[in-house]
Amino acid sequence: MLEINEKSDVEAPSAPSKTEREFTVKERSQWRMALRRFLRHRVATASVFVFLLLILFAFVGPLVWKYDYINYTNDISQPPTLKHPFGTDSTGFDQFAVVMRGTAQSLKVAFIIGIVGTLAGALWGVVAGYIGTWVDSGLMRVADLILTIPALALAAALARSGGGTLVLIGLVLAAVSAPYVARVVRGVVLSLREREFIEASRALGASHWRIMLRHLLPNTVPVLLVNATLLIAQGILAETALSYVGFGIQPPDTSLGVLITTAQGALDSRPWLFYFPGIFIILIALSVNFIGDGLRDALDPRQTRERR
Amino acid sequence: MLVFVIRRLLISIPVLLASTVLTFVIVKLSGDPLLYLKQRQPRPPQSFIDQQAHTLWLDRSWPVQYWHWISNLLLHGYWGPPVQGHNDVGSEIVSAFGVTARLVIVSVVIALVLAVLTGVISAVKQYSLTDYTTTTIGFVFLSMPVFWFAILLKQGGLWFNSKTGTHFFGTIGERSIPPITDTSFGAQFGDIMGHLILPVIVLGLVGYASWSRFTRASMLEVLNSDYVRLARSKGLSRRRVLVRHALRTALIPLTTVTALDVAALLGGAIITEHVFQWNGMGTLFLTALNTIDFNVMLGWLIVTATIVILFNLVADILYGILDPRIRHA
Repeated sequence: MLEINEKSDVEAPSAPSKTEREFTVKERSQWRMALRRFLRHRVATASVFVFLLLILFAFVGPLVWKYDYINYTNDISQPPTLKHPFGTDSTGFDQFAVVMRGTAQSLKVAFIIGIVGTLAGALWGVVAGYIGTWVDSGLMRVADLILTIPALALAAALARSGGGTLVLIGLVLAAVSAPYVARVVRGVVLSLREREFIEASRALGASHWRIMLRHLLPNTVPVLLVNATLLIAQGILAETALSYVGFGIQPPDTSLGVLITTAQGALDSRPWLFYFPGIFIILIALSVNFIGDGLRDALDPRQTRERR
Repeated sequence: MLVFVIRRLLISIPVLLASTVLTFVIVKLSGDPLLYLKQRQPRPPQSFIDQQAHTLWLDRSWPVQYWHWISNLLLHGYWGPPVQGHNDVGSEIVSAFGVTARLVIVSVVIALVLAVLTGVISAVKQYSLTDYTTTTIGFVFLSMPVFWFAILLKQGGLWFNSKTGTHFFGTIGERSIPPITDTSFGAQFGDIMGHLILPVIVLGLVGYASWSRFTRASMLEVLNSDYVRLARSKGLSRRRVLVRHALRTALIPLTTVTALDVAALLGGAIITEHVFQWNGMGTLFLTALNTIDFNVMLGWLIVTATIVILFNLVADILYGILDPRIRHA
């Protein structure tokens, strides 16, 4: 990637002759251009690294770290030390291991929300936008209906009826956020379906499903990517909020939200139990938000001031 | 315009009715309202439980229950009996709504003023230090769990109180309990304000974070448009172009977003109220959900859905007034 950057960026004074350039300069596809723009957003690029580190911390960390989240140690209620970087709780659990576990569980919930919510919303929006007529108005009225209920209240009511397992919380939050995606995607599809390439594929005899899945859906991918980052960031926060009001993931299963909620009672005596999970939530949500910002700049150049 | 408003209001009615069906199903799915009786030790006799179920209409089919509830509400304005409490559901919702409205209105006004100010400044001075600072702050607040921040703030308020030996920040409830003895207007007002500060900061920051980013984006788009360049090249002063030409246009989409967010905040603010133990809409819903007090839940969901639909309408109307290109024929 960097090679290409250099080649295309440098307007070399001793430029090779015209014909030579034609063969040496590689064609820049749309995605390469987007990648270039993304890499220019330094905070977003750094956020990708932070996010990858967080994933490593959550999923590889437990294999390396000397304690695990199930076995307690003899050190009880210790503030952060070298031995226990995040301290221990009143039972003696090493909080570094516990936060690793919580981060892993929270990331899983966030990915369920991001993937399921985005895909469901995308399909919803593509079908509504492409087919139109009563299917469109029907599907969109359902979305409107769901959006009339405050998301947190809806999620809490649904989560209560299903019991708080990780997968269920993820699916509930995905269901609550899918209508947002559907609205956005429908808007994009409405403008796309009048374009010539759709008309052409219809003339060639492509079926409706083929047009929707092979021609329309791929064209909504930029929008979907940006929306997926939004869903992931909001999903992590929504999961903690649900835990806090008592309708989230239920112990003994855990997540960063569960950790903070249980730690708030000991805020005076063992504040480190409260700080570290919170900081990790902020790290995850912040890096995902920045990645989303970078993606928006990269995939939707109208938003940035300078043409790049 | 009037025709448009009336037509939109008429369209809202079936949406609202459909919304009552949806909320009814959700509430019915959320659990057994009489579980608290069945789990009581010693367990009350089955005949008593059956009788309770009968008085609450729980032994009928869902459509019958729904019809009973909606016809009572529409024809008699009766919200149905609470399952465990003794207060009338309607008056409980009204008093909770008043408390929440106070919190939301104050936070929204403060958050909006600050958001527009910083949004405009960071758009005008894009890529400056101010821009980077406010953008980063906005991002951090967007990425922070609200209750985590609220609990820290509450802790800070308590610390301040104990350091200064005062009760400057109220951290529990929307007023002192028991009520303060001084009944003069000044003291009562001060009491309410003291309890208002911290929750307003929490709720305000949530709105501020997204609205300032929105203002910035929409301002940037306008500032890059041809007509602003034209206005400048005609010789108008920077200031005049900014305020009269750019800002006016940039704020149009913000009104829509705000109207929609305010509706969500009125229904919600669930977390903030929970942290500071306000007896507002959020607390009302959580208590009702915990005990499956289905009539309270239904009433709450209908009230918030109505507010959301109304604010959607307000947003559309405002858009029409502010943007002369849009004509609601």
